[in-house]
Amino acid sequence: MEIPKSFLGYKRENGRAGTRNHVIILPVDDISNACAEAVANNIKGTIALPHSYGRLQFGADLELHFRTMIGTGSNPNVAAVIVIGIEPKWTKRIVDGIAKTGKPVEGFHIERTGDIGTVMKASKKAQEFVMWASEKQREECPISDLWISVKCGESDTTSGLASNPTVGNLMDKLEPLGVHLCFGETSELTGAEKVCATRGATKEASDKFMKTWSAYNDFILKEATDDLSESQPTAGNIAGGLTTIEEKAFGNFQKIGNCKFVDVLEPAEEPKKGKGLYFMDTSSAAAECVTLQAAAGFNIHLFPTGQGNIVGNPIEPVIKLTANPLTVKSMGEHIDCDVSKILSREMNLSDAGDELIKTTLKVANGRLTCAEALGHREFVMTKLYRSA
Amino acid sequence: MSTDIIIHDKKDNVGVVVIEKITPKQDCKCWIMENDSSVNIQSADEIPLGHKIAMIDLKEGDTILKYGHDIGKVVKAIKKGQHVHVHNVKTKKW
Repeated sequence: MEIPKSFLGYKRENGRAGTRNHVIILPVDDISNACAEAVANNIKGTIALPHSYGRLQFGADLELHFRTMIGTGSNPNVAAVIVIGIEPKWTKRIVDGIAKTGKPVEGFHIERTGDIGTVMKASKKAQEFVMWASEKQREECPISDLWISVKCGESDTTSGLASNPTVGNLMDKLEPLGVHLCFGETSELTGAEKVCATRGATKEASDKFMKTWSAYNDFILKEATDDLSESQPTAGNIAGGLTTIEEKAFGNFQKIGNCKFVDVLEPAEEPKKGKGLYFMDTSSAAAECVTLQAAAGFNIHLFPTGQGNIVGNPIEPVIKLTANPLTVKSMGEHIDCDVSKILSREMNLSDAGDELIKTTLKVANGRLTCAEALGHREFVMTKLYRSA
Repeated sequence: MSTDIIIHDKKDNVGVVVIEKITPKQDCKCWIMENDSSVNIQSADEIPLGHKIAMIDLKEGDTILKYGHDIGKVVKAIKKGQHVHVHNVKTKKW
């Protein structure tokens, strides 16, 4: 198949391109959720991103909070942002961070105004932003403007046999065209970590990966009260035939095809070394991982599943693929790309990779994903430790 | 062309059932992806889609190989053709 050289995206002020054109209402903290949701209810075409944190955090955990907030607002799938927080200082820090992209952003704080007055002021600005954003048209963008993140979930053995290698095949075909790619799931590479480390493009990248994996593994060993057999693999994984974390890891690892990773990113860190594949240190929980990848600037997500994970994200469209025929039959409304014919050998991996490229481009051009149509907007902040 | 079991790598001692289920004493066709070759095996258990079958006899302490790599250890002896899962294999990690 000849791969299209372009897609129709929204060009942004900083030179990036979006596959979506959202106006988001971003609460700085948990207690500003009510205000943000009220504004999104008032002004049609905006979306609120409620979450559970943002108070009394400190150190690396607070830095990650800011990086996730600023990164989410800065994502090219977002046209404009309203930021609402309880206090002015942290609100301003997030507004200033997002403003560096050049996109419209305005902050409101609730103290000394209250919810009702804040909702009124923020709603007026949100209406202005959404009407401005609705004038934007999709334009032809080079395929290298796609930043593709990947994460698998509710995996089973069909993931490692077929749906994850399909993503790997897509990576092998799109990497030479200059796209950015990202995989994560530090804990789910356990058992395959040494093999994964050999896939660093440089010794520095390989060493950084081993250091990152070891730190996560030490954390798990320190906190674990049992052998983790209730969590990794999950009950769904086990029902699907996965027996050990090592088996899950080698299946997971199929997603990167033959690509080598150029750098290892902190959670929600924007890649800075140009095109190519990046590894990000993330949890293996679906919504946490996708939220971090979206905050790093990735604008379209590929999510292979076995038993049928249903996750979505408010700003980054999440494309589901599966090779499990039972999942296609029983949960078809969640599956954007069916590659189950690989198992019956009616489809080879290269054909499956082509199918996934076609689906990815359709979604990049504006076709809704199943998760978008079903209203999945899981926005889950990663928290490193307790607040002060 | 019909395949009941797929094996990733020729070194693997387990295969994955890719039809809805296999039943005891079923003669199964296996496809080895790595070198595109075929082998046959008779199942000893009922094994559902996605679950693993032992391609050889395995004793306690043996290593399970899949993708050509170590994915865990045998904790209870397994006969060729039997179901391989959490009841007879455990992780070497954690």
